[in-house]
Parts: sequence; structure tokens; C-alpha cells
Amino acid sequence: MASTPLVDRHEHGHGHRHPAHQFETMEQQKESSTLGMWLFLVTEIMFFGGLFTAYVIYRNMYPDAFAVASSSLNVPLGAFNTAVLIGSSLTMALAIWAAQVNRRGLIVLFLGLTMLLGLTFLGVKAIEYHDKFVEHHVPGPTFNFEPEHIKPQALREIESRDPQFQKHTEIFFSLYFIMTGIHATHMIIGILILGVLAVFAKRGKFDPEYFNPLEMTGLYWHFVDIVWIFLFPLLYLLGAHLHR
Amino acid sequence: MAEHHITPVRTYLIIFGALMVGTVLTVLAAEVDLGILNNFVAMAIAVTKAMLVLVFFMHLRYSTRMTVLTAAAGFFWLALMIGMIGMDYMSRNSHLLPVAGK
Repeated sequence: MASTPLVDRHEHGHGHRHPAHQFETMEQQKESSTLGMWLFLVTEIMFFGGLFTAYVIYRNMYPDAFAVASSSLNVPLGAFNTAVLIGSSLTMALAIWAAQVNRRGLIVLFLGLTMLLGLTFLGVKAIEYHDKFVEHHVPGPTFNFEPEHIKPQALREIESRDPQFQKHTEIFFSLYFIMTGIHATHMIIGILILGVLAVFAKRGKFDPEYFNPLEMTGLYWHFVDIVWIFLFPLLYLLGAHLHR
Repeated sequence: MAEHHITPVRTYLIIFGALMVGTVLTVLAAEVDLGILNNFVAMAIAVTKAMLVLVFFMHLRYSTRMTVLTAAAGFFWLALMIGMIGMDYMSRNSHLLPVAGK
């Protein structure tokens, strides 16, 4: 355990925490955790960054196919999910605030709200994936892209310029599923960790002097939010003006 | 030992509001055909939102310089990767350049 509550050795006042044995002060312990978590987040930047790079390259190679494919995504649902995730970042930040002001009940409440919003996000994603499945937009043997919302003339014109149109839209959907799928996996892991933290919080493990696990999980959660902040415009809004 | 500032709830709410406004803006801007500008506007808004999350929600504002440098290095690396790979593709033979009527 990273920190023990008041132990026998000191005669200090109530609630004085000791850092783990390899640290000199609680502050040093906290900074070490923070740096460590950020180093992990840098590897996450690398992880998602590779996918974003692939997206950038293919989108520049097949701009029309990507725009048309993107326009088949549900923008209101995507925007709603963006709001939900940003809200969950707010509740996460408030959970840490609650620890700082020693309101144990509020820590549990805000962690719970964060989990709820996270689950809402995943629920909406499940609906979207189902829609894609039904429309045959899932890459693979069943893939068949027939955008009903695009005028047949415009479609024919695009297809004449890009004979491999079907294949190129399939690339878009491959990227869509992999990027949002891995993002969703990160959310699931985050929600599980939040559950564990909520139990710890209920048991009084955190106080203004020690709440590192909350803060570190917060960093992870906010990072996943940032990934979505970029995913949403790149995947959903690419073809938004095509509806006119 | 709470040497850190305790960010007031009001600040968090204001940042949340700004992020919501950014989301609405990005959806509205995408519906207008600005040609090549659409990309820049969308990314500018996304970068601004990310900065707000990084500085306020992720407490980079109160972090040590080592931490801030680490975070900055990560994103700088990303810019290099996308930039250099992009340049590579752009300088290749024409049969690999954009296909659709360009």
C-alpha cells in the first residue's frame, strides 16, 4: 500500500500520513506518481497517435470517400456522447476536489456519477455500432456501402473519379471501428478502476493528505476524454456539410 | 500534505461551460462549407478544448516543470510523427497522391 495512516512511530497530530518507505515526503510521493502516470500517458499518445496518423494519411489520399463515409455517422449521437464525456471529466475533477476538502460522501457520489456517464457513453456507442451493423457498414465480407442520403448524381460523379470508392469507404470504417473500439476499451478499463476507487473511498481510504489513486485515475480518464475530443470532429464532422 | 492549490468548483464549472461551447461551435462550423478551412477550424477548436482539459482538469497548471515537460514532449512527438510522415507521403510519386479529381 502506498501510504499508511497514523502509525505508532510518530507523535504528530491526527491524520498525519507517512509516505511509502522509499519517499521522504508525501509531496515527493505524489510528484513521483504524477510523473509516472504522465509517462504512461505519453505511451498512450504514441498508441492513439499511430491510429490518428493512419487516419490523416488515408483521409488525404481519399478525401471524397472519407467525407461521404463520415456523413453516414450519426452526428447528434456523437455530439451527445462528446457532452457526456466532458461531463464525466467534470465529475472526475469534482471527485478529486471532494477529497481535497475532505467530503467523503461526495467523493463516492462524484465517482459514481463519472461511472454512470461513462456507461451512458458506452451505451450510445453500442447503439451506433448496432446501426452500423444493420446498415452493412462493418468492414469485411458483409460490407456494402450505399449512402441513401447522398444524391445518386453526386455519388456517380464521385465514383467515376474514384473507381475504388467502396474500398476507400471501407478503410474509413475500419479506422472508425478500431479507433472508437480501442477508445471504448479504455473507457471500460477506466470504469472498472473507478468502481474499485469508489469502494475504497467509501471505506475512508482517502483524505486531503492522500488521494493519489484518485488523481492518477483522473489523469487517465481526462486523457481518454481528450482522445475523444479529437475523434469526434475527425470521424463524425468530416462530411457534415455534405448534407446540404 | 495539500501543497497544491485546491481548484474551486466554480473554475471547474466555467471550464466545463467553455468545453460545451466549443463542442457546439465545432458542430456548427462543420455544417458550413469552408473548403480547406473546415479542417483548421475543427482542429483549432479541438486543440483549445484539449488545452483546457490539460491545464485545468489535469492540473498541469499546478504541476512541476518536469511533469509539464513530459506532457509537452509527448504531444510534440506526435506533431513530429504526423508532420514527418505526412511530408514523406506528399513527396512521393504521383500515383500515390490523392486520387479523387485533384
